[in-house]
Amino acid sequence: MRVVADLGLCQGHQMCQGEAPDVFGFDDDADQVTVLQEHPDESLRSDVQSAVRYCPAMALAIEEE
Amino acid sequence: MSVSEIREVSYAVPDDGHGHLAEMRVDPIGLFQRVYDECGDIGRFRLADKDVVLVYGAEAQEQFFRAPDSTLDQAAAYPFMTPIFGKGVVFDASPEERQQMLKNQALRGDMMRGHAATIEAEINRMVAAWGDEGEIDLLDWFAELTIYTTSACLIGKPFREELDSSFAHHYHDLERGTDALAYVDPYMDIESFRIRDAAREKLVELVQGIIDRRKERGTVAREDRDLLDVLISIDLSADYITGIFISMMFAGHHTSSGTASWALIELMRHPETMAAVVKELDELYADGSEVSFQALRSIPQLEAALKETLRLHPPLVILMRVVAEEIELAGHTIPVGTVVAASPRVSNRIAEDFPQPDAFDPGRYIDPRQEDLQNRWTWIPFGAGKHRCVGNAFAMMQMKAIFSVILRDYEFEMAQPSESYRDDVSKMVIQLQQPCRVKYRRRAR
Repeated sequence: MRVVADLGLCQGHQMCQGEAPDVFGFDDDADQVTVLQEHPDESLRSDVQSAVRYCPAMALAIEEE
Repeated sequence: MSVSEIREVSYAVPDDGHGHLAEMRVDPIGLFQRVYDECGDIGRFRLADKDVVLVYGAEAQEQFFRAPDSTLDQAAAYPFMTPIFGKGVVFDASPEERQQMLKNQALRGDMMRGHAATIEAEINRMVAAWGDEGEIDLLDWFAELTIYTTSACLIGKPFREELDSSFAHHYHDLERGTDALAYVDPYMDIESFRIRDAAREKLVELVQGIIDRRKERGTVAREDRDLLDVLISIDLSADYITGIFISMMFAGHHTSSGTASWALIELMRHPETMAAVVKELDELYADGSEVSFQALRSIPQLEAALKETLRLHPPLVILMRVVAEEIELAGHTIPVGTVVAASPRVSNRIAEDFPQPDAFDPGRYIDPRQEDLQNRWTWIPFGAGKHRCVGNAFAMMQMKAIFSVILRDYEFEMAQPSESYRDDVSKMVIQLQQPCRVKYRRRAR
């Protein structure tokens, strides 16, 4: 899978860091999400799915490759 | 260049000189639906002296929602809000300001745990007076509850402790003062505007009283202060402070109150969904865990029922912007000064994206359908894009807390025919039509 963050939508809630801290980080200056692992291991899939589902800005997605 | 090449919708209510305004005041949803049916992905209606261009479908709605504030201005599109907030109080912050607020303030993710505990306590306080069985009016009950929760979470607990149902009552009169005639003149001499202005004065009086008591009391320890103390310390007037509070609470009040009401109605209408949600909650709380803990976590059946309620009954039926810089939408160039809009109520029921669009089907949100995530630009109960409701995580948490508490202890039954629960759509702020009564009975355990 490939993890995508739409920076045109991110509002800086930082919820994704709670759901999948190994995959999502935060750029304090830009106040926006950073994707730490674009191709995370399958074992992290359910965490990433939760991050996508609960992102208050609907800014995250998983693309299947 | 003009909007005249965009098809204008027909008239269902005769033009009384203000275009489709007359229809907006009696059947706005019918109007917005007919724009879609007759005009497709871009159509037009007349609102007083303005053209309103309404866009539909993922492509045009993405263009609409992605446009920066410099291109599509939100504040200018809602003239009916100015007399409610008061002159000089901003309608909404820019996305940059919103982000800053989020970082420092009440809606931040790590504040949610405290809010969940606050909300649970507020619900318990109101339910404490219920006894074993009785009847409530959904609008009155949830409107009062959400006055207490929004004021306690967004302004502060000391302020909330100064409020009683009279604040909720006056606030409701403000929300009722949103007749679309404001597009002609927000200060027109009509009854609902007179009531609105009197209600705002009453709220200022209440806040002035609280300010006077705070000044008499003198300073208190830092941990006992709330936002009101901060605003008093920078010498703002009661009128201005009230305006700030009204605007802070506005986005979270009638929206949450209406959603809670409709969710309970839909659960009563669909006993199989109600049973699944109650079972889910019973299992979740079997170990004695706290509502304030679980409301921040996944509760899949309840969440799906809430999302489906929001899809069918979005609290805001139209989202508007004023074109500040020429923009292209659905292949048309829209000139400066035009009002452009998207309708959550119609978009959420586009049949191509939401099969059997009028059916209440929480299964839409369960894997692999995920009709909300699959349709990010048309599943829009919270709007979309940079202006997507910044309080949506707070709102969902609040709904989960409310239903965790009331479904744990009570069961509910309609006190009137199912189809008689409907919205009063005569104002821009849509609320349940009264009566909207529900019976409750303590669960046998």
